[in-house]
Parts: sequence; C-alpha cells; structure tokens
Amino acid sequence: MEYLKKYPKLFQWLFLLIVFFALCFAIDVPETYKFIRGQAEFVKDPNQSVYFFLGKEVRYYAFDVFWRLPPLLGWLPIWINDSLFFLMNEWMPMEFWNEDTQEFKTRPLLLEISRNLTSFMTFLIELIREILLGGLETIVAFTSWDFIDAYPWLELPGLPWTIVAAGAAILSYKLSGKGLALFAGLTMIYISIFGQWKPSMQTLSFILVAAPLSFIFGLGLGIAAYKSKRVEKALYPILLVMQTMPQYAVLVPALVLFGVGDHAAVIITMVVAVPPMILLTILGLRAIPPEVIEAGRMSGCTNWQLMFKVLIPTARRDILIGVNQVIMVCFSMAVISAFIGAKGLGFNLLLALNQLNIGLALEAGLCISLIAILLDKMSLAWANKQTDYFGNLTFFQRNKNVIFFAASFVIGIILAYVGTFIFKGSFNYLFEIPHNKGISTADFWNKGVDWIFDTFFVYIKAFNTWLIQDVLQPMRALYLRMPAVATLVLAVGAGYLIGGVRSALVVAALTLFIALSPWWDRALVTLYMATFGVVISCLIGFTVGTLCFQNKKSAAFMLGVCDIFQTFPSFVYLIPVMMLFGITDTSVLIAVIVYATIPATRYTIEGLRSVPVGLHEAATMSGVNKFQRLTKIEFPLAFPHMMLGLNQTIVFALFMVIIGAFIGTEDLGQYILKALSDKNGAGIGLTLGICVAFIGLIFDNLIRTWVGKRKKHLGID
Amino acid sequence: MSETVIKCESVYKIFGENAKKMLEESNGHVDAKTFQEKGCIVGVNNASFEVAKGEMLVVMGLSGSGKSTLLRCISRLTDATGGKIFIEGQDLLELNNKELIELRRNKMGMVFQSFALLPHKTVVENIAFPLQIKGTNTEESISRAMEMVKLVGLDGRENYFPRELSGGQQQRVGIARSLAVEPDIWFLDEPFSALDPLIRKEMQDEFLRLQEKLQKTIMFITHDFDEALKLADRIAIMKDGIIEQLDTPANIVLNPATEYVRKFTEEVPREKVLIIEDVMDAPSKDNLGDLKVSKDEIIENVAEKILTQEKLVGVVDSNNNIVGSIKPSKIIDTVFGGRKNGS
Repeated sequence: MEYLKKYPKLFQWLFLLIVFFALCFAIDVPETYKFIRGQAEFVKDPNQSVYFFLGKEVRYYAFDVFWRLPPLLGWLPIWINDSLFFLMNEWMPMEFWNEDTQEFKTRPLLLEISRNLTSFMTFLIELIREILLGGLETIVAFTSWDFIDAYPWLELPGLPWTIVAAGAAILSYKLSGKGLALFAGLTMIYISIFGQWKPSMQTLSFILVAAPLSFIFGLGLGIAAYKSKRVEKALYPILLVMQTMPQYAVLVPALVLFGVGDHAAVIITMVVAVPPMILLTILGLRAIPPEVIEAGRMSGCTNWQLMFKVLIPTARRDILIGVNQVIMVCFSMAVISAFIGAKGLGFNLLLALNQLNIGLALEAGLCISLIAILLDKMSLAWANKQTDYFGNLTFFQRNKNVIFFAASFVIGIILAYVGTFIFKGSFNYLFEIPHNKGISTADFWNKGVDWIFDTFFVYIKAFNTWLIQDVLQPMRALYLRMPAVATLVLAVGAGYLIGGVRSALVVAALTLFIALSPWWDRALVTLYMATFGVVISCLIGFTVGTLCFQNKKSAAFMLGVCDIFQTFPSFVYLIPVMMLFGITDTSVLIAVIVYATIPATRYTIEGLRSVPVGLHEAATMSGVNKFQRLTKIEFPLAFPHMMLGLNQTIVFALFMVIIGAFIGTEDLGQYILKALSDKNGAGIGLTLGICVAFIGLIFDNLIRTWVGKRKKHLGID
Repeated sequence: MSETVIKCESVYKIFGENAKKMLEESNGHVDAKTFQEKGCIVGVNNASFEVAKGEMLVVMGLSGSGKSTLLRCISRLTDATGGKIFIEGQDLLELNNKELIELRRNKMGMVFQSFALLPHKTVVENIAFPLQIKGTNTEESISRAMEMVKLVGLDGRENYFPRELSGGQQQRVGIARSLAVEPDIWFLDEPFSALDPLIRKEMQDEFLRLQEKLQKTIMFITHDFDEALKLADRIAIMKDGIIEQLDTPANIVLNPATEYVRKFTEEVPREKVLIIEDVMDAPSKDNLGDLKVSKDEIIENVAEKILTQEKLVGVVDSNNNIVGSIKPSKIIDTVFGGRKNGS
C-alpha cells in the first residue's frame, strides 16, 4: 500500500498493461484470419462481407469486432476518388475559347483551371530551364513553331556551366565567405565534370520555381494567421497533419489533379513546402518583442507600414530560416517527384535504382547530397548574415560582386567560344557537358558492389536470414496478434494517463480512424517496422550523443554531422543499403535506423547542452563525479528535450519506412506506391497518407503533452 | 496654472472577456478581488488626474501596479475599458484610426524600457524612422535625424547598428527617435530601468538637461522611488491599479497619504529631497541671526551652515524678502526625526 501511495502513476501504468495483455490473451485469433496480401476491395470472394454507404460498395473480410473493427471508413477513399473525378471531369462545364482550334469548347471549370495553372507552371519551369540549359520552347510560347523555323538563331543558347559555377561561388562568397565559395565552386565543377550537369540544372530550375512561390504563399498565410486567430485555428490542423504526412503520399492526388510531369510536381511541392514556411513566419512574428510593435505604433505606422517596415524586417532571421526550410523541402520533393515524372537528378536516381545500377545511383546520389548541402549552407548563411552599412563605401566596393559576376560572365562566354575550336567535332566541354558524357565512376562502384557481394555474400545472407527469421518475423507476428480492442485500450489509456481526458479523446479519434480504415493490418506492420527502427535508433543515438557530449569539440562535430546528414533527401539513404544488403526488409530497416538516428543523436546532445552552467557548478561543488553528474543532474534535466528527439525519431522512421516500400515492404507505403500507378489511386493514396500522419500524430500528441507537463514540473521552458 | 495637456477622468482598464459589462454593473466600485474571481484582472482602477503643459508627472509603482497599463491607455496602445481621456481637449477614445495615427505622428513620442530599436536600421535610420513613416523625404528626415544624433551626443556613431551599441547608447537612440517629430507630449516607460546604476545616473542627468531645454509635457514611468523624487514635478504612486497618492515629491515625503506610501518614504534621505520652504516656520523677529538662506535651497546644501548657528536663520525669497525662519534644531528633526525604527 505504501508503494501505491508513493508511485501512483507507476501502478496506473501497470494496471493498464495488465488490462492490455489480458485482452490480448482473452481474444483468440479467428481461424479464418490471415494477413491479407491482396487489396480486399478489389478481390471478389464469396467469404467477403459487403455494405453500401453513400452509394459506394465496400467489401471486406469480417471478423469479431474485438479482433478487427469492420472498415466503416472503407467508403472514404472510394468517395474521395469519385469526388475528385467528378470535380475534375463533370462539375460546372463552361465554354472556353481554344486558341489552337479557334473555337469554343466545353470543359469543366476545375479542369480548365488546372490546365491553365499547369501550363503556367510549365512555362515558368521551361523559362528558367532554358536560361540554364538553352532551348526554344519559351520563344515558341510567345510566337510559333513556324516562326522559330524561319529564325532558328532565336533559340536560347543556355549558360555555359563555367558561368553558373562562378555565379554560385560569388553568391556564396557574398553570403558567407571564402570557405563556402570554394565549396560551391568545387561542387559545380564536380557536377559538370561527372556529367550530371543537365539533370542538376533541371532540378535547380524546379527549385527556382517552387521555392519562391512557396515562400510567397507561406509568408502570406503566415501573416494572415498571425493577424487573425480564426485563420490560425483553421490552418492549425492542416499544418499539424502536413508535418507528419509522408511527402510520398501527397504525390498521388497530384496525379489526378495536375497530371504527370514537372508542373504537377511543382504544385504539389508547394503544398508540402508552404506549411513549414507558415509555421516559421508565425513563430518569427510572435517572437518580436511587444515594445518594438508599440514603438512602431507610436511612430504613427499604419497597419501596412507596421507589417512591412517593422514586423517583417525584425523577424527577418526566422523568416529566412523558413526560406531555408522551404528550399530543403523543395529539394527533397524534387527528388521524390521523380515518381510522378519530374525530370532531373531524382529521375536519374530512380532509373538507376530500378535497373539496379548501384554505381550510377551512387553518382546521382552524391550529386544530390552535394547540392543539398550547398543549398542548405547558402540559405542558412543568408539567414545569419546581418545587414551591413554600405553608405560610405565606394562604387566598386558596393558593387564588386556584380562586377565580378559580369567579368566571369564575359570570360565564360569567351571560354565557351574558344572551346568550339579546341573540341572540334566532339562535345564542347567548356560549354556544357552532356549527361553521362563526363567522367563516370559507375563501373568502379558496380564492380565494388559485386566484389562485396561475392566476398561477403555468405555473411550478409546469414545475417539477413537470422534477422528476418528470428527477430523480424516473430515481432511482426506479435504486432499482428494484437486484437484491435486491446490496441485501442492501450492507446487511449496511455493518452488518459499522460494528458487526461483531452489527450485520451484525441488519441482515441486518431486511432479509431486508422482502425476503421481498411488498412489496420498494414498500419500494424508499419508500426512494427517503425518501432524496430526507433528502438535501435534511440539506443544508438542516446549513446553516441551522450559520449560525444563529454567533449565540447566532439559534440560540435557530431552536431555538424547531423546537420549534413539531415539535409539529404530521405530517398538517397536507400542507395548504400541496397548496395550492401540488396532488396530485403533488412535494407529498409537499416536505412530507417541510419536516418532516424540523426534526430535521436542531435536532441540528446542539445538536451544535455541545455543544462544550465550554474547547475554544473553547483554539482561540482557538491563533489559529484562525472558519472553521478550525468545520472543525477544532466539526464533528468535533459530528458524532456530527449523525448522531443524521440518524437522526431518516430516521424523520421515513419517517413523512411514508407519510402522503403520502393524496395518492397508490406506496410502502408506499399499501397501508396501501388496507388501511384493506379488511375483510381488518388483517394487511396490520400487516405493512406492520412493514416501514416495519424500514427505520427498519436505519438506526437502523447510525447508533447508529457514533455510540456514535465518541463513545467522542472521549471524549464 | 497653465493649460492642461493630458486629462484623465475615472479611467479604468480591466482585462478579461466581460470586462466592459462587469464595469458597468459595478457602478464605479471596482474591487480587484471580486473581479478576479470572475476571471477579470484590474489593470487601472479609477485613475483621474491632469498633467499641465511643461510638467513632468512621474508614475511610480512596483511591477504589476498598473503604471505601464495606465501609460498605454493614455497613448491608446490599449483601449481603456471605461472613463475619459483628453489630450489637449480632444477626446482620445473618440478618435478614429486615422486621427489617432495623425496624433501620434505629430504630438506624441515614446521611449521604451527595452529600447525597442529596429535591428535592421542604423542609428540615424532608426531616428529618422518616425519622420519617414510620416512621409518626410529621405534627405530632410536624415538631416533632422542628424540634429537629434547631436542632441543626444551620439555624433560619430550615426552609422552604427543597434547591436553595436551599449545599453545606454541604445537608449539615447530611443530618446532621439521619440523626439524626432518634435512631439509636445513625451511618454517614457521605465527608460532607464534596464541600465547599470552608473549609466542610469548619467542618463537621468542628461534627461534633466534635455527637459530644461525642451520643456515637454512628460509622463514618466518608473519603479524606482529615488528616480521619481529626482526627476518629478509631481509623483503619482500606484498600487494594484489605484493611484494611492498624487503630489509633489516634498509633500509625499512629508505627508504620506497611506501606509503603503509611507513605507517608500521611510528610507528616503529627506535632506536631499526637501527644500527649506518645506520645513520653515513662520517669520519671526526674535532671536533672528545674520545668516539668511533662500527658500528654494535643498536642505542638504545649507544644512552645515545652518547647524553652525545658534540663533534662528532667516529664510528669504528671490527678492530677498524674509518669508520665514528656521531653527537649527529643525534641520536635525527633519533629517533624523519622524522615522520609524529609528533607522
């Protein structure tokens, strides 16, 4: 009894676990149950049950409600799909003037809007692409093909790669200094020499369209949310879901709405990139000291002046951090959008992976990583750069970067011209090195991979077999063995114990949505893979983080490593694991572990670092040794922050598990991948994405609530 | 008295959802406790006072006493819940947004505790900011701002950014900015509280020098009683939103209206605050010595002289007419007497 009074929470948790396991043992596995591999709604089977809702037919295998809930939301994906089709193809037909055929044509309104939007996007992308690479479609857009036939010299020549490289270096120099300038120059030279210039510029042009548009929309919506509580309340749930929604899943509806290609990818990229911009805009504007706002008001600012002359310049850094986020999201979307036909590096990577040409994939992946680091460092340098006073500088000092660029522009053109004489009859290497005509190391890597396989095949295979048979399969079976009711009780109980009735209700709603969707089993498989990844990531991350923290230099070094790894688009992580472990679940799990270890490590170091210096000194003066200090002072205080790291780890792991479907796993991601190639896939893809997002949100809600309470308890904010 | 510039009549500021309704129902008897039970927090409770042209009213109170809220009501950074506020006879609460902006652009200047400078602008650009907002062209606003830079003694630093300045220098910029549009009314919200004691004293002296020259109508907020005594023409002491006492520094020190005010005055070195006139007796012909002192002298400055006398000391006004007399023992009473705890 005494213990009960001393640790009431502990006993509540114990009670919850007892109930959970009792339910697990009490409810037997139905004899007819097997992990369903096909998509139930498309298989016709006399054993299936059927119901109709809103005119949609839902087929499913019925079980005892305690074991698996019936998919009462099974109509939702079908309904979303049909609604989208109706909106796009039948809703509000109107007469539109058609330039090409010179006549009026009847088209549904939304289709027309979508077509106009996409052609506008296509124009923007083409314009920038042709400035970088040359071409004639922009000219044609204003004139006609006949016109270009008559005046062929009008074709845009494209910038020689030397000029773009010099431009990147000069911009980096202006933003940060010599170091970054050197890195930028070398990266560009590497890309060019290794024959990745064209796809890189295609990806770059994609970002140059998507990022500014996302920035404008994000800033606008962020300002609106800052000014009006109502807008913020309306945006909040969307922002929340988008944070945990796998980027992969939003691609599917884009196919239906905007078709295949760069333009669709740009529009859908904006959907993904705008939320972080909104969040950081709101954050930045909120962080402005109230006195600065009052000073603006007392200076007699109108609302407009206050926003653009006081608030936004004061929140400059946060807003530019938002720009950094936008750029990084755009970049990773540019890679993933290869699935819906966006050109560029991602497309090459996907192609190489599909052909199992690891060498080519590695080269494309390296390019992607280098560009990611470069973009990240440049935009961060911009955010951290402070305005300088330039009134007393000479004309040359003020404009030296422009002058340097102009000079390199001229030199680049001269070089390209000279190149036409040097490389007569072959490619002009001083102008533009065509794709795959540069130096290639692919063969070397492929041989290396073959060698690894030949040499270590036995060991790798043994490891693989052991992991899959003795660890993963039993774990998966255990997860699938959970009756739906037991899982619900566990989730809701945890919600109640951590955050009271409110949390319990939120968790219950989120869990029920997944349980009532047709993909509960798949969600369990997703969860098991994510759990496996998260547990190991956390073990590694917390250990590595704690060890690195012991020394200031190693801590800073490790944070730098985390920074760099975090900039890589998640897709890139699949390359090395496929190289080593081939196409198995092991590969996916290792990618998950590598990717999810980043936040675990980072948050551990940051959490330990945030322990106030005063406490360190107080502890030292009480005569604790290093180990005692760690266990008695640093861990308890850093723990809330480390839990936020766990939250991030879960989100990262989920993202990777879903993308891992590309290698071939049986979780929700597999269906998302399937939906991509299914013309009725939009509703399915979106609902699946929401399911994944909800898994993330359940943990997000529980962890954040707990951390909030704990921090309040400890008196840290 | 000269003309009234700021006039407050029963100003209330109550935070909370039903504040307005609750205030109407209370019939002017606002009790902070009952309001708090219903979820409302009383910021300013029935404040009535006037500030004359060229006068400096210091509002003094501890944190949470409502002094900053009162100032924000008068600058209409927040809207008062009840009562009336007149600025030069204009009803402040009746002004529409456009008129309010006009008023702020031309009549009001404000200095903030945390300086509230714009981080992306240089010193001179910060000072020119209110002018540019008003629509003054760049050249004129910059040249006017440069005058201000000189006025506050920041010459040579006009192209620095706020991040490159010390706290005292930043506040000089804040002061210059608030004066750039030549306002008649000057609000200062704890301008020196964030500064080190030595810098604070220097800034107070500087501030008095400026005010000597400019003769603005000032509302000055502080939590430092000594600062209030040093600067004020009149002091308003606030507690829990209520103005406990509003009077000249001497009267507050000599006749504290409430127990709360008395606690502040206990520690005050009276000889530094009071002038001879405050403590002198009626003119007396008997026993009058040769020494004469001006009635406006601060006691501290003449105490030594008076204490060497055995006879009464005559007190004279600026025309050398005798208006009173003072016994040397009175000085000792004033300095050491009348305090509790004998401290």
